[in-house]
Amino acid sequence: MSEPGNRLGRLFSWDAAVVLVTVVVVLVASGAVENFGTSRNFTFLLLDLLPIALIALPMTFIIVTGEIDLSVASTLGLTSAVMGSLWDAGLSIEMIIPLCVVLGAILGAVNGFFVTVLKLPALAVTIGTLALYRGLAFVVLGDGAVADFPRDYTSWVTGTIGDGPIPNVLIPLIVVAALFGLVLHATPIGRSVFAAGAGEQAARFAGIRTGRLKFWLYVVSGAVAGVAGVLWTLRYSSARADNGFGLELAVVAAVLLGGVSIFGGKGTLPGVLAGVVLLASLQNALRLQDVSNEALNIVTGVLLIVSVLLPNIVSSARTALRRRNRATAPGAVSPER
Amino acid sequence: MNATKVAAPPRESSSDRSSWTANVFKARESGIVLALIVLVAFTATQNSRFLSGQSIRDILLGTAILAVLAVGQAVVIITRNIDLSVGSVLGLSAFAVGSLMRDNPGLPVIVAVLAGIAVGAVCGLLNGVLVRFGQVPALVVTLGTLYAFRGVSFFWAGGQQINADKLPASFLDFGTASILGIPWLVLIAVVVLVIAGIVLRSYRAGRELYAMGSSPQAAKLAGIKVGRNTSAAFLVSGALAGLAGVLFAARFGTVDAAAGTGYELNVVAAAVVGGVAVFGGSGSVWGAGLGALLLTVIGSALAVLDINQFWQQAIVGALILLAIGADRLVAVRVAKALKKRDSHV
Repeated sequence: MSEPGNRLGRLFSWDAAVVLVTVVVVLVASGAVENFGTSRNFTFLLLDLLPIALIALPMTFIIVTGEIDLSVASTLGLTSAVMGSLWDAGLSIEMIIPLCVVLGAILGAVNGFFVTVLKLPALAVTIGTLALYRGLAFVVLGDGAVADFPRDYTSWVTGTIGDGPIPNVLIPLIVVAALFGLVLHATPIGRSVFAAGAGEQAARFAGIRTGRLKFWLYVVSGAVAGVAGVLWTLRYSSARADNGFGLELAVVAAVLLGGVSIFGGKGTLPGVLAGVVLLASLQNALRLQDVSNEALNIVTGVLLIVSVLLPNIVSSARTALRRRNRATAPGAVSPER
Repeated sequence: MNATKVAAPPRESSSDRSSWTANVFKARESGIVLALIVLVAFTATQNSRFLSGQSIRDILLGTAILAVLAVGQAVVIITRNIDLSVGSVLGLSAFAVGSLMRDNPGLPVIVAVLAGIAVGAVCGLLNGVLVRFGQVPALVVTLGTLYAFRGVSFFWAGGQQINADKLPASFLDFGTASILGIPWLVLIAVVVLVIAGIVLRSYRAGRELYAMGSSPQAAKLAGIKVGRNTSAAFLVSGALAGLAGVLFAARFGTVDAAAGTGYELNVVAAAVVGGVAVFGGSGSVWGAGLGALLLTVIGSALAVLDINQFWQQAIVGALILLAIGADRLVAVRVAKALKKRDSHV
């Protein structure tokens, strides 16, 4: 968003910078990292970013309203565990999938209830449900796994269109992402989301029911995490209670990297998708270089911190620069103006 | 997240003369004590092993490590911040101390303790500096360092594990030995609790933390050095997590890069269940210590009662929700009562 109020202002737009960095990373990795540029790896890269991208969509809405949902990865895990035990119990997959999405929505509604009806801080609530849902996942499935899902479904999720590198699941993802983007940037709902994040009281005085809005955002977030749980399970043909463990970090990191302000009120969905691609490409390239998963955590953690620090550093540097200009040339018009 | 939310009226901090609010506070801590008594009594009737010397010892040792972490967390939460990185700091410190003692078996234990505290303090300082100068919510910073510090541990350990047979006997003795029947670890935890409790209650530095948590802006206007105190709070939390890492290594004797994974949840839960409000500005380290005891007893009771251990994490989550819900309820009632009182003046 290139409003004058943007932290980075006219120096450079954050979205554009993220897209640029993403392009550079992909180009450098294609040249320097063996196998990165292959179509097979491209498929894996897209499959890997799928759950992050999916969950990042509602997360963008929630963070723009100034709240957060740390329980998404646990919701994914619990959905996966329930999916496994229902399959074990003999239900048909056509029954299980909608049930899992509904379960996700209910888990999201629990978050929404605590945050909007009881007015508890989202951070504390979703840390609580992060533990609760993950714990319940283990209660449901223990530390075993359910693996014998129908071949039709698992091979569709891992498969590609024709013999090309594009995974089947990318098409619905693009449709859903476009839908979320339209709602956020071109409808009254989206404007309400930004208004609620920019100033909740003002938004309420303007007639926006911020509580109800946030409640439904949590429901959507839960439902989407449920969908991600189903896809995760089918992709790896494995329902496990610890599926998606720690994924909330990647999602929050991607959203903030995409230029959404953690303080609410600012952000764009295209920026977030660029953030997701950047994060996934970096991780993929490093993994191909035989960097361990644990070292990847350093990268993700540092990226998370940098993406929130950098805008602040740039804006305070600009303030300092303006002040110095004013001091050296009293009365002079600042060159930035 | 909710920086603009109006803080709950400080309960403990301004309650010396107002007996009503003091009673509410006491009621909250006595609630935990009651829950503890019921839980212990019930479990003991189901299985007498629960009150055996060894079982009590295990509970106390477990509580000691968690309580040291919870004290640091309480200090940070009182300033309306949060430190999610403590589990990773514990792991890093435990591995650092473990490898130090393995490579230098002659070192006295006190060196190990100081080294662990130093490692933790460096991590805590980094958190504090990032939160203070980055003007970024502590949640984001410490979520980032939670993974970054853990990554450093893995990088360093590279899959190796430090086993008890590689550690000097003096260090392992420290983990199990007791003085006058009280294990060293428990003594250390009690000393930490008492010092932190006294400083928070009676010293200016402590009172300033409550003021900051109640209203950061008012605290700043009142001349409190909010930034410096915030860094200090994170430093304390990090140093205590480092100390907890030493206690962890000494108690278990086996350390790998995954030590303390997921502890942050139990630590936040202990503090919050113990009445340290996530809105900042209220609570005590005594409560946090009691919270740590409650969580440890629950874990131990589940094992004794033959209930699936997986329930433990779910219970931790439910307790967090219950505690913040109860906290909200109390805050609303106190606010109402204060309003009522003011209207009679």
